[in-house]
Amino acid sequence: MNWVGRRLPRSEDPPLLRGEGRYVPDIAIGARAVRFLRSPVAAGRILALRPPAEMPPGCLFVTGADMAGVQPIKPGLRRFNYRAVEQPVLPTERVHFVGQAIAAMVAPSAALAEDLLETCELDIAAEDPVVGFDAALTPGAPLVHPIAPGNVAVEGELRPEGFAETLAAAAHVVEFAFRSGRQSAMPLEGRGGVAEYDRATGRIRLSASAQMPHQLRTGIAQLLGMPEADLQVIAPDVGGGFGQKIALLPEYPVLVWLARKHRGRFAWVEDRNENLIASAHSRDQRHALRAGFDAEGRLLALEADILADVGAFSVFPTTCAVEPLMALAEYPGPYKVPAYAVRARGVLTHTCPMAPYRGVSRPVITFGIERLMDRAAAVLGLAPDEIRRRNLHDAFPARSATGMVLDEASYIEALDEAMRILDVPAFRARQEAARAEGRYLGLGLSVFNERTGYGTPAFAARSMDVVPGYEVVDIAMLPSGEVEARIGSSPHGQGLRTTLSQIIADRLGLDPGAIRIIHGDTDRTPYGWGSFASRSLVIGGGACQVAADRLADKLRRGAARLLQCEPSEVALRDGQAVAGAASMPIAELARLAHQRSELLSDAIGFNLAETGQYDPGGTFSNACHAAIVEVEAETGHVRVERYLVVEDAGRIINPMIADGQVQGGVAQGIANALFEEVIYAPDGTPLTGTLADYTPPTCAEIPEIEIHHLETISEATITGAKGLGEGGSIGAPAAIVNAISDALSPFGVDVAEFPATPPRIRALIRGRAPRA
Amino acid sequence: MTEVRFTVNGTAQCVEVEPRLTLADMLREECGLTGTHLGCEHGVCGACTVLMDGLPVRSCLVFGVQAEGAEIRTVEGLAAADGTLNVLQRAFQAQHGLQCGFCTPGFLMLATWLLEQKEGVDEARLREVLASNLCRCTGYQNILAAVRVAAQEIRVWREG
Repeated sequence: MNWVGRRLPRSEDPPLLRGEGRYVPDIAIGARAVRFLRSPVAAGRILALRPPAEMPPGCLFVTGADMAGVQPIKPGLRRFNYRAVEQPVLPTERVHFVGQAIAAMVAPSAALAEDLLETCELDIAAEDPVVGFDAALTPGAPLVHPIAPGNVAVEGELRPEGFAETLAAAAHVVEFAFRSGRQSAMPLEGRGGVAEYDRATGRIRLSASAQMPHQLRTGIAQLLGMPEADLQVIAPDVGGGFGQKIALLPEYPVLVWLARKHRGRFAWVEDRNENLIASAHSRDQRHALRAGFDAEGRLLALEADILADVGAFSVFPTTCAVEPLMALAEYPGPYKVPAYAVRARGVLTHTCPMAPYRGVSRPVITFGIERLMDRAAAVLGLAPDEIRRRNLHDAFPARSATGMVLDEASYIEALDEAMRILDVPAFRARQEAARAEGRYLGLGLSVFNERTGYGTPAFAARSMDVVPGYEVVDIAMLPSGEVEARIGSSPHGQGLRTTLSQIIADRLGLDPGAIRIIHGDTDRTPYGWGSFASRSLVIGGGACQVAADRLADKLRRGAARLLQCEPSEVALRDGQAVAGAASMPIAELARLAHQRSELLSDAIGFNLAETGQYDPGGTFSNACHAAIVEVEAETGHVRVERYLVVEDAGRIINPMIADGQVQGGVAQGIANALFEEVIYAPDGTPLTGTLADYTPPTCAEIPEIEIHHLETISEATITGAKGLGEGGSIGAPAAIVNAISDALSPFGVDVAEFPATPPRIRALIRGRAPRA
Repeated sequence: MTEVRFTVNGTAQCVEVEPRLTLADMLREECGLTGTHLGCEHGVCGACTVLMDGLPVRSCLVFGVQAEGAEIRTVEGLAAADGTLNVLQRAFQAQHGLQCGFCTPGFLMLATWLLEQKEGVDEARLREVLASNLCRCTGYQNILAAVRVAAQEIRVWREG
């Protein structure tokens, strides 16, 4: 029985469907409530900070001064002129963005804590804030941090010799400058944590809505100078993360500090306003591209100048360099770029810090290069698919302009398949007919690759002080024959319990129902990294496979002893160890291994436990997205009529879950393309502090998403799988905006910004008459 | 403090609450029914949707004291006492209508109400009603599919 490849329903679902999930706010009930006093100004010096004159019993007010000795958050990076910006857990001198936590108020209820915050004394001498690229980069601008001259926190540059000559010699030079709006990952459950002191052991248990429990533990222990062994971190049910919950932000060390100092149980549940203004943002970038093409439309040279607003601080453990440096490293994407010159800068401003968000910089660079391809196609008189076909890598392994190895993929096949499904001539006829009626339809393409499942070597190249990558899985068969696999990864909606059990079941000849995946608890799982970067199925799944194979070997050795044959003659299938005509239940073997060890110990030792480790170099999934939109010229409203994904993520472990990841990713990508933006006033006040302002889409705005799979089995991973968690989000902004630009081509305008909101579209075409 | 008497999923409740406590917090903290989730606390996301006297409400926008004498239904009331999932819950699992599960109780209660309307459900009505709530994981397609399948199974689906 092969479980891999089946649409197995998720074992995660029944408790969640009964309302029996346990998320942090559920665990928080009954704990002392913590609320944070947050800065109302973007920049300034703290002059006075005092609690209300009367503090009711059971209430506490904690400031940075109380937490003296706690280290500032200071992630490190050893290259690219990185400036090691420090973030005090609670500041005592200055504030750096609206929403920055300044003090914690503890009360028996969150409502009372909020009442008390109303009457705290907070006096800040406001200073001129630095908001936006122009303010930050103006010579003589105030410095967000003195350690970062010119407000540049990190700067990378690559410029091969002779680049200028190569570009100058090109038959056509095409330029594209654009901006991507600041966005929030906006998980439906915000962040939050419950820290509890255990009097019997002196340990703290922190339950946190987090993506990287082991890193949170290590990071907090370092900040507080406490024994790491005294801290247990649990990620219970987590209501979405999408990258935002990677970050070690100040609230968590405050909770652990409170629990240790006051030997109690303290909970903070982030509200939506806090999530939108003070949890991490992303994607606030401005790029200028220049590309040289030969007369046939082949790309000869690409030059990129990348600015990424990184906000006021650098987030642990990824650092504020994650966005600019990913853009620097991966801009060429799936295209052959013989000469690539790039400068990328991370710019500090008095705004909320940035963390990775689904796709990190790739939605932005894909937007850049895919808009560029459409512009070049227009200049050269080529069809959009044809110019892409002429430039996509078609021989593998290929080497990217920045030295990354691109493994076997289906860049051109995916494009061709999308074109076949779309029937472009029919669409063009429909588009023409619609234009005659004053209706504007457009078709947009987006071709990209997605580096996934990359382990330590790839991260080590970034020179961060904290280098993620590997995963470790401890697997054990219990005397009952059930299997427990303890994973370092930490899912939050991806269905890993189901998919990993499918991988293990096939290796052990068991039913997935006999396999329990244990995750999200530093006391019960091996040290690992968590779920991010489209990695868990590839790396955690690979480690599960290694561990399961080692356990299978052990089972075969044990069975061979009892069945009196060679281990190589034993097959594990359908719950049985089979050797020719002889067989025995695997569960019976497990019982004997533990309780009748005298029969087996010289063959297999005293347990059925193994460890699997996996640290792959990385692989690239790929996709072609295509969108058909209708733009209403009067209102600027965009309706997505059709959305097509042809994607290749290698071997698909569970097609139902894979499709769910793609659908959800595309929906976020459409949201990023059309609707969502974190907006700051010039004085640094966030204007989008509710979901009614941030305007995430509902099912009325998101179309059916058609998904077609290609399966180029990866030789770069042991399961053959490539990651796909982020791809939907990566491809959608480019496909949508290319479609809008195509729709608006009669107006002679070009969309160079996302989200492409109705006001922006109206502004573009205002006063312009469509060409006939 | 104010005493409030109401029923939740058919069980009589009597709690003492501050008048400012929301229905959502009252259900979660006073009744121990944590299946009702809070995604925004300003009435946009719908994760906290429960049925109050037969109508879907944002329980973050209703005060607990307003529930005096009301019949409240929450996600905990959907499955059988032994935990067996009902038609709608089964459809959500079969159609992969949830990922992180945080928005799910709100969608389940909204859809429960929709499926109980005597006029039945068609595609336009389905999308119109489910557009009340937000999901960040699924892209909605499978939530729509789940409710559609459940409607077909209980024979309230109308082809547009």
